[in-house]
Amino acid sequence: MNKITVKICMGTTCFVMGASSLQELVDMVPSRYGDKVEVQGVPCLEFCNARTEARAPYVTVDDRVVMNATVEKVIEEIERKLSNG
Amino acid sequence: MDKNNQATHLKKEILIKTIKAFLSDDFPENTRLIPFDMRPKGSEVPYRCCIYKEREILRNRIIATLGFQMEGADERTLLSDYAKKAEQREKPDEHTLTVLESACKGCVPNRIFVTDLCQGCVARPCLENCKFGAISIVNGKSQIDSSKCKNCTKCMQVCPYHAIVKIVVPCENACPVDAISKDEQGHARIDFDKCITCGKCVASCPFGAIHEKSQIIDILSKIKQGRKVVAMVAPSVTGQLPCNIYQLKTGFLKCGFYDVVEVAEGADITAKNEAEEFIERMNHGSKFMTTSCCAGYNNLVDKHLEEIKPYRSDTKTPLYYTAEIVRKKYPDAVSVFVSPCVAKKSEALNSPDIDYVMNFEEMGALFVANKIEVSELEETEFEVEASREGRNYGILGGVSKSVEAASQNKIEIKPHIINGISKETIKELKNYAKKGECENGNLIEVMCCEGGCVGGNDCINTIRTATKTINEFTKNSKPIA
Repeated sequence: MNKITVKICMGTTCFVMGASSLQELVDMVPSRYGDKVEVQGVPCLEFCNARTEARAPYVTVDDRVVMNATVEKVIEEIERKLSNG
Repeated sequence: MDKNNQATHLKKEILIKTIKAFLSDDFPENTRLIPFDMRPKGSEVPYRCCIYKEREILRNRIIATLGFQMEGADERTLLSDYAKKAEQREKPDEHTLTVLESACKGCVPNRIFVTDLCQGCVARPCLENCKFGAISIVNGKSQIDSSKCKNCTKCMQVCPYHAIVKIVVPCENACPVDAISKDEQGHARIDFDKCITCGKCVASCPFGAIHEKSQIIDILSKIKQGRKVVAMVAPSVTGQLPCNIYQLKTGFLKCGFYDVVEVAEGADITAKNEAEEFIERMNHGSKFMTTSCCAGYNNLVDKHLEEIKPYRSDTKTPLYYTAEIVRKKYPDAVSVFVSPCVAKKSEALNSPDIDYVMNFEEMGALFVANKIEVSELEETEFEVEASREGRNYGILGGVSKSVEAASQNKIEIKPHIINGISKETIKELKNYAKKGECENGNLIEVMCCEGGCVGGNDCINTIRTATKTINEFTKNSKPIA
């Protein structure tokens, strides 16, 4: 199975709108899922420009975009990916 | 309430949109349109009864963001006129907080309540244990007579089904000094004579009905008028955005600020003075001293804790010394403190050297509105580099550690930390004042917010991550002595 890649947007907009608290995922995910999931904070993914700051913070789980992302929403998306293989 | 919630998100979104409107070619008109842009025709109605109420509350939030008091405001005034007035205002308003009556739910009063989970049992421990005769059985189930109930919670504790709950009004419950209560209509009202501006009510209201009146438009207007505007950034600013303080300085300069200085520079002076003062006080037989850098604590002492005044350090705050330095260096400049909390706004209102306060959320919104990617900025050096201890002022224990370091082992310092002002810690402080001593230490560091300044009500980052980032950054800073 391919590794799941989680990208947390660390652009200014996402950080201000709540990505700051998503940094918890960086410690939490490896301890929970080991090698199966990789989490990284990345420079601005440009979603705020293409869409709106109202839906920030943005996180991607492989090709899926999580809007108004919270730790719980991201974990839910990871779980869905894992169970669907 | 956790800071990570939709009310906080909404307030930040409004800040960004208001600043964007200011930066646009028609500030009044674009401000007027914000509620319509946020809730366009046919859009979903996420929180209130209808789209019109949604827009009206957004309009009220924008008025507060423009820096106006909502209590007694004329509802006929156009949002565009408020924007014009904000731009022309010369001085910020007196009070720093305002309640939006339209957003306030008018929560049911604090009380003990028997829920439907009551099984109407035979044992009836609630009835047996109530000392005030407030419980009776109606239709086989317990009921509380609120005129007799003293909120002792005994019935809650003894109910085997956990069927009895305590209903709280979040803002009243969060206020450590009983400065917020309901008016005749059931809406929250702040008593500004009692209020210590700690911001706990702002953070606690699930309806986001209590707003800080922003000074951001005043600050941006000064920049637009061509004035020299100098930002003084609090030590706790490190870690609040995804960049270091040198990149942050570049960001402020890009937004039109003339210079940026670290308040940690003033913290170094505070630490040294406070260390000297501490040694002198102890040598004169005093048993303990409290710190004096926290604005919320200073308000508490001045308004409610007369008895602890003799034990509070007379040393000025880091912001005081920094503002003095800035005033000397740039006599004609407008000085702006970049702050983790609302309490510092009250300190600024009483200081001739501090013109405005911008909180961390407003700072973040300013960079977002200006489309500045802070992590990609070049670094700009500070003329004066603050010490490690000064830069640690915003984390819990940082203040007492810096006083310890500045005292250079001339005296034994045993710190005790008051981690957040609450009814309990106020009692604790009163007790120390009464006894004239503190069994837990001789230097009491008082932090109004749990976690220190990084736990301030306007912080963007979490306490844990912000503290970690500050520790990593200051590792390589020079020591104070």
